Amino acid sequence: MDLQTLTYIVVGFTFALYIGIAIWAKASSTGEFYAAGRGVHPVANGMATAADWMSAASFISMAGLIAFKGYDASIFLMGWTGGYVLLAMLLAPYLRKFGKFTVPEFIGDRYYSQTARIVAVICLIVASITYVIGQMKGIGVAFSRFLETEFETGLFTGMAIVFIYAVLGGMKGITYTQIAQYCVLIFAYTVPAIFISLNLTGNPIPQLGLWGSLEDGTPLLQKLDATLVELGFAQYTAQKGGTLNMVLYTFSLMIGTAGLPHVIIRFFTVPKVRDARASAGWALVFIGILYTTAPAVGSMAFYNLAKTVQPGPVAAADGALQYEARPQWFKNWETTGLLKFEDMNNDGRIQYRKGGDNELKVDRDIMVLANPEIAKLPNWVIALVAAGGLAAALSTAAGLLLAISTAISHDLLKGIFMPSISEKNELLAARLAMAGAIMVAGYLGLNPPGFAAQVVALAFGLAASSIFPALMMGIFNKNINNTGAVVGMLAGLDSTLLYIFWFKGWFFIPGTAMAANTTANHFLGIAPEAFGAVGAMINFASAIIVSKMTAPPPEHIQHLVEDIRVPKVSGSATDH
Amino acid sequence: MSSPQDTSGQAYWKANIRLVSIHLVAWAFVSYFCGIILRPVFSGIAVGGADLGFWFAQQGAMLVFIVQIFIYAAQMNKLDREFDVHED
Repeated sequence: MDLQTLTYIVVGFTFALYIGIAIWAKASSTGEFYAAGRGVHPVANGMATAADWMSAASFISMAGLIAFKGYDASIFLMGWTGGYVLLAMLLAPYLRKFGKFTVPEFIGDRYYSQTARIVAVICLIVASITYVIGQMKGIGVAFSRFLETEFETGLFTGMAIVFIYAVLGGMKGITYTQIAQYCVLIFAYTVPAIFISLNLTGNPIPQLGLWGSLEDGTPLLQKLDATLVELGFAQYTAQKGGTLNMVLYTFSLMIGTAGLPHVIIRFFTVPKVRDARASAGWALVFIGILYTTAPAVGSMAFYNLAKTVQPGPVAAADGALQYEARPQWFKNWETTGLLKFEDMNNDGRIQYRKGGDNELKVDRDIMVLANPEIAKLPNWVIALVAAGGLAAALSTAAGLLLAISTAISHDLLKGIFMPSISEKNELLAARLAMAGAIMVAGYLGLNPPGFAAQVVALAFGLAASSIFPALMMGIFNKNINNTGAVVGMLAGLDSTLLYIFWFKGWFFIPGTAMAANTTANHFLGIAPEAFGAVGAMINFASAIIVSKMTAPPPEHIQHLVEDIRVPKVSGSATDH
Repeated sequence: MSSPQDTSGQAYWKANIRLVSIHLVAWAFVSYFCGIILRPVFSGIAVGGADLGFWFAQQGAMLVFIVQIFIYAAQMNKLDREFDVHED
């Protein structure tokens, strides 16, 4: 069977599975649509959270990012996992105890302020929409690369699938499809990794192979360092960026992760407070399986690529690979444009170098996509990688779309404009909001605004500087009042936006940047993506100062905070 | 505001804050310190072709994160029972 047919079968099978789950898990109440009836087992929720969290970028691009950045990419590995420690200890159990449906709802109730709730809704929608554009693009790209369809066809197919299970099932349908999607994506990610690790280091566990040695006894990482230096690149294991920037960047990603609403609402689906704590641990186990495999995939695939195009020494005239002798996978990925060769010195050989005489352009996504072919794995594994990439994009898109649609139907409609709406109509509104959100996301996926590439910085910056501090102070500091919270959120948000726009252009409009986006121009060398940490500090400080100068929160709010801090009122107290 | 139940609630919260603080120190130590700031200090300790700081940054910190969430969850389950605020 040829690869094309096989890919259609595997992808078609997974899609049929998702639709089957959608029909089985139809939501019949707002409680099911918003929070899956709060009946999801903590391990199952951990798995769903992992799929919710790991996006098209985690699956397709992260290993390549690590390959090219080496040690400096550790900020993503630590930053995108360390946030779960914060979720488990600072947010998830208390927000679960609060027992409502959305993140803005907590902020609105705790700070007894519709203004605070609206600020939170705006942050949520901007962060989630910018994030979902990348997923929509990921779906289109995965389709066009593996199934050779038009980008639009792929995008519409993906939208239709999400439409079926998200509109029908809400959080309930999304939860169970995410569990299936996790299984597909983790299998697709680890199988090629196991073989590439086995081939290179003799160890079938990539997490151990990374520290292992090659056939000649040299450790892999040492050999990779040496190979890269020979080609003119920096050492893989060397630190290239500034230390302060690395620390703040990591911190911004951690608190941004903890503050992203589509992740937080997953913890509303477990039955108990104790389940919310355990579930964060399980989520990190399932995320960790991919995140600890990624550095192995990145380094090993990069080494394979370098050795393929440069089998001999750089100094020797015949050290570089002859273009005519390139392997089949090289040809396959040339047709997609992920590998581009230009024979500048007309010697018929591929010179892969750092600098002006480089003849090979490598797209970082190839480190994952071409892996099964480089490791000479059978076609069904390649088909699986296609299904895995689609599962990663679909699961994250669905989670984001749910966060957006609940903010509209529950926070704006039920909370502010139509408080007397019946449950039946609210459920209908939630389904309509979901359908509308899918349309908007699809439209933006087809016509991505010019700033699409910058959006990750924006989403994490917003979550880190506005949402995370507001949630944490709401639980841990009883004295923060309505004015303090609103001023804090706006101060954190505005300072972060200002800093991002300063270097990337006002509203990302090209040519409007106030200064070139270079380390030399950055304040203390802090990159715009790392500024969320500073914005969060500004949020904390201004909220505390303003709250001290204005009236303290009323007594019932103090009681609300005391109430969410304990899983259940103690047994003796329930007696009277 | 000073019924026995309130003081017990405060003691529970204080015990929780103590646990969270210890865990956050460990969390920051393995990532920011071992993985980034102190990496040059540990550069002499080799771990499979790289050094200890590199290992923490690319693998060790993540493993510690996982373990510490489960430890915290177990500690809190115990605390919930001690203060009789457990759910079942």
